Amino acid sequence: MIAETTTGRAAEAALDPVLRVEDLHVTFRGRVGLVAGLLGRKGADARAVDGVSLEVGRGEVLAIAGESGCGKTTLARAIMGLVRPDRGRILFEGRPIERDLRAYRRRVQMVFQDPAGALNPRQTIYESVAEGLRIHRIHRGPNGEGEEELVARALARAGLRPPERFFLLYPHELSGGQRQRVVIAGALVLEPQVIVADEPVSNLDASVRGEILRLLLELRDTLRISLIVVTHDLGLAWTIADRIAVMYLGRVVEMGPAEEVLTRPLHPYTRALLDVVPEAGGVERPILQGEPPDPTRIPPGCRFHPRCPEIASGAAAAAGVEAACRGEDLGLAALREGHLVACHLAALRARSKA
Amino acid sequence: MRVAPTQAERPGPPGEAPSSPRSARAVAWARRRRALARFWAAYRRSAMGMAGLAMLCFFVGLAIFATFANDTGTNPALASGPVLHPPSLRYPFGTDRFGLSVLTLTIHGSKISLLVGLSATAITVVIGAVVGIVAGYRGGLVDVLLMRLTDFGLVIPWLALAIVLASILGPSLGTIIVVIGLTSWPGTARLVRAQTLSVKERPYVERARALGASPWHLVTRHILPNVFPVIFANTVLVVAVAILSETTLSFLGLGDPFSISWGSILESAFAAGAATIGAWWWLLAPGLAIVLVVLGFTMCGFALDEILNPRLRQR
Amino acid sequence: MSVLSVRELHVTYRTQGGGVAAVRGVSFDIDRGEVLGLAGESGCGKSTIAGAILRLLPEGTEVTGSVLLEGEEVLTMRPGRLRAVRWAGASIVFQGAMHALNPVRRVGDQIAEAIVAHQQAGPREAMVRVGALLEQVGLPPRRIDDFPHELSGGQRQRVMIAMALACNPSLVIADEPTTALDVMVQAQVLRLLKELQRDLGLAMLFITHDLSVLSEVSDRLAVMYAGKLVEEGPTAQVFHDGRHPYTRALAAAFPTIGDPSFRRRPSGLGGDPPDPQAIPSGCPFHPRCPEAFDECGRTEPALYDAGPGRRAACLLVRSALAGAAEGER
Repeated sequence: MIAETTTGRAAEAALDPVLRVEDLHVTFRGRVGLVAGLLGRKGADARAVDGVSLEVGRGEVLAIAGESGCGKTTLARAIMGLVRPDRGRILFEGRPIERDLRAYRRRVQMVFQDPAGALNPRQTIYESVAEGLRIHRIHRGPNGEGEEELVARALARAGLRPPERFFLLYPHELSGGQRQRVVIAGALVLEPQVIVADEPVSNLDASVRGEILRLLLELRDTLRISLIVVTHDLGLAWTIADRIAVMYLGRVVEMGPAEEVLTRPLHPYTRALLDVVPEAGGVERPILQGEPPDPTRIPPGCRFHPRCPEIASGAAAAAGVEAACRGEDLGLAALREGHLVACHLAALRARSKA
Repeated sequence: MRVAPTQAERPGPPGEAPSSPRSARAVAWARRRRALARFWAAYRRSAMGMAGLAMLCFFVGLAIFATFANDTGTNPALASGPVLHPPSLRYPFGTDRFGLSVLTLTIHGSKISLLVGLSATAITVVIGAVVGIVAGYRGGLVDVLLMRLTDFGLVIPWLALAIVLASILGPSLGTIIVVIGLTSWPGTARLVRAQTLSVKERPYVERARALGASPWHLVTRHILPNVFPVIFANTVLVVAVAILSETTLSFLGLGDPFSISWGSILESAFAAGAATIGAWWWLLAPGLAIVLVVLGFTMCGFALDEILNPRLRQR
Repeated sequence: MSVLSVRELHVTYRTQGGGVAAVRGVSFDIDRGEVLGLAGESGCGKSTIAGAILRLLPEGTEVTGSVLLEGEEVLTMRPGRLRAVRWAGASIVFQGAMHALNPVRRVGDQIAEAIVAHQQAGPREAMVRVGALLEQVGLPPRRIDDFPHELSGGQRQRVMIAMALACNPSLVIADEPTTALDVMVQAQVLRLLKELQRDLGLAMLFITHDLSVLSEVSDRLAVMYAGKLVEEGPTAQVFHDGRHPYTRALAAAFPTIGDPSFRRRPSGLGGDPPDPQAIPSGCPFHPRCPEAFDECGRTEPALYDAGPGRRAACLLVRSALAGAAEGER
């Protein structure tokens, strides 16, 4: 049974962050045609990640949740070094990753959303898993093991047993769940310290998801691997996350222990997300209007204010923060132990309680 | 879609210990053999592909035979048959104006036609593939420059360019090969670039990047193998075009005046006014040979496209 | 009276390797104003049923059984009548509106096309109807002249719904209508569907793999596995208290946030949903079933009575019935 206290983990994380993101900005430049460019016109820049700071402790599971367009996937790719940030930095074990990107890539691995797409259809399972070893020119394991043994061990750890059976198979001969296990094995073979999983189970059948999630938790427990899980599914976060960061339009708007944030949310957006999780009976509850604006047109002030139910209902005005909501951009503030929120109203309420 | 691998898939005898060492290379070769066997089984199912292959084998066999056969039958000085004789039992495709058997000429002509066709194709495909992959993979300025160069090649009238080049380089076999190669690569480059762009975005390429792969590794291990089917299918069609091009250039007198190819046979026939004097058989054999070879390559190309393009496949 | 009555529906696809039975004997009813949710994972046959009802399956597919739409047998309809019934009798809201909408035609024209094709109005009158339909689905009428790419995903799905309602059908089949959408937009679209269904008194067949969505939107819930129904009954009961082990496993995969029993206890089944070409003997679920016993591999269960308005295809349910009968004696 997998059960550990949240506070224990949070305490551990604070002492020993294995990965830290500091004020990260990733902007995609607007593109214009040749002539328009010559005329001096510029396209609108998309600020996909607009100032994100967070950290992940050793053996901790952090969920980054949000809708599409919130920047979570870009953040994940920036953490993997696949996208270069404009500002800010990423520190791994205290050192910036650009110093030695290649070595970093051994320690931090990625698991992708689409297991069928993430495996080269022309490569056997063996080759897909061995690829990491070959790229890093690792011919022998720490105890003298050969490549074949390392691949077999990774496959076995990912739950594919006996591993040799899978060596010569191709991705299309496996089921969705098996393919995702292969991707995970490909990540494990390099003995990483952090695994970044982008929607690891959303493409899998519902009845199969549990197995993969159980595997991820097992890896955390037995190998002390830290997990960063990017997802839009709050139920998934509830199932496996220790801490959760909720993103909206390029910023983290709320972050804290999963149990805390998902049962006692302080930010209106988090509350709205939780409200729309479908449940039996279909209670009449508020649904936000419209769709999230795109990252080229970020609203002034608090970026959520145009859709915020607190403004719409007048609660913000009543509390006297509406002007701030409309005009003053803000970052995360710790309103409770380990629980950070970027909201004028929530901050005011927390202060008045103090 | 299979759910679980069967015992039959496991390499080696069942009694083998699971941890017996097997080098990565052996694994890769076993894999390649299996892939080839699967490919051949799929190809065999295509009637069009098998017919095309049969035709090609026939002509290649013919060319090989011609290489070793006595070529006195092509020397006008040694001609002994009746001049411009219509097809008969002794001369199935008649004779030319020297009394040489048109059939013999055609058989010997296959050597040059096929040789030129294949070498020119090699140049075309190599240049086209390299340009296409580099442009597609690098993008940016490199892509823009290479593509403008490619567009240039596509837009210029092929024949005019070929004639100019040939007159500069002088009429010879090498000239034809170079000319065809240099003028045909843009088409391949375009195709390869498009496929490269598509493959580049696939998740497994990104995964390899995330693993820390160098661009060389990405191109050789991931992009090239997945672009290869397109190149292969295109190559087969390019050969057909190259042979036709050789025919045209030889026909125009830009080829080696001393070697026999189907185009040169047609050229001499034309120069002798074969059509006007009614010596239709002189044009028939080489013409038929060209048509059949091109048809053969095209049919193979179609069959390959069907196999290698998963969407066309009947699963 | 039932708007839709399906009896012993069998659908077999023709492939190179022979016939593949995607649906192996499914029967259900949908009454006026009722929403039946059809849940299942890949390969279970649920999308095939959507196609079968309006005979939209590929040429050569074998369809047997009975599909009564407002009392008329669809499977033996003449082509003319079938065309009339398609869309005006029953319509479909497809998944992935990006593919179902023609990118080079304005959305207004596409909706009007259905109306005009069914001769329910002339072109001008049709456009007026289209304007009204767009309002009904919560889009400003000026959107009538937009192209699909000018709309967001949620807006396109609303257009799909407007299209489905264009000819006043009595049955709407929704095939994964919200799967590709964000949670917020999904909630908006679900609310819209529910409201429209209520206001117009539509019968609806809601097909999806997402059990939690069905728990909110449907009155009755049917679960499919390997081409057959394995459970059916009132939604809340089936979702919270499934009688079939598969239903219970599936429901457990959708955790309730806030419920500590789901914390760090991901629940799932081993193995994978069966390939329609390789369905296990006896009860198709037995290889993955945590409660399987000997007979499960030999006998294929029928749908047994599992309570008022409920049925489940499980030998354990059969035993419970027998036990109850015993007890009564």
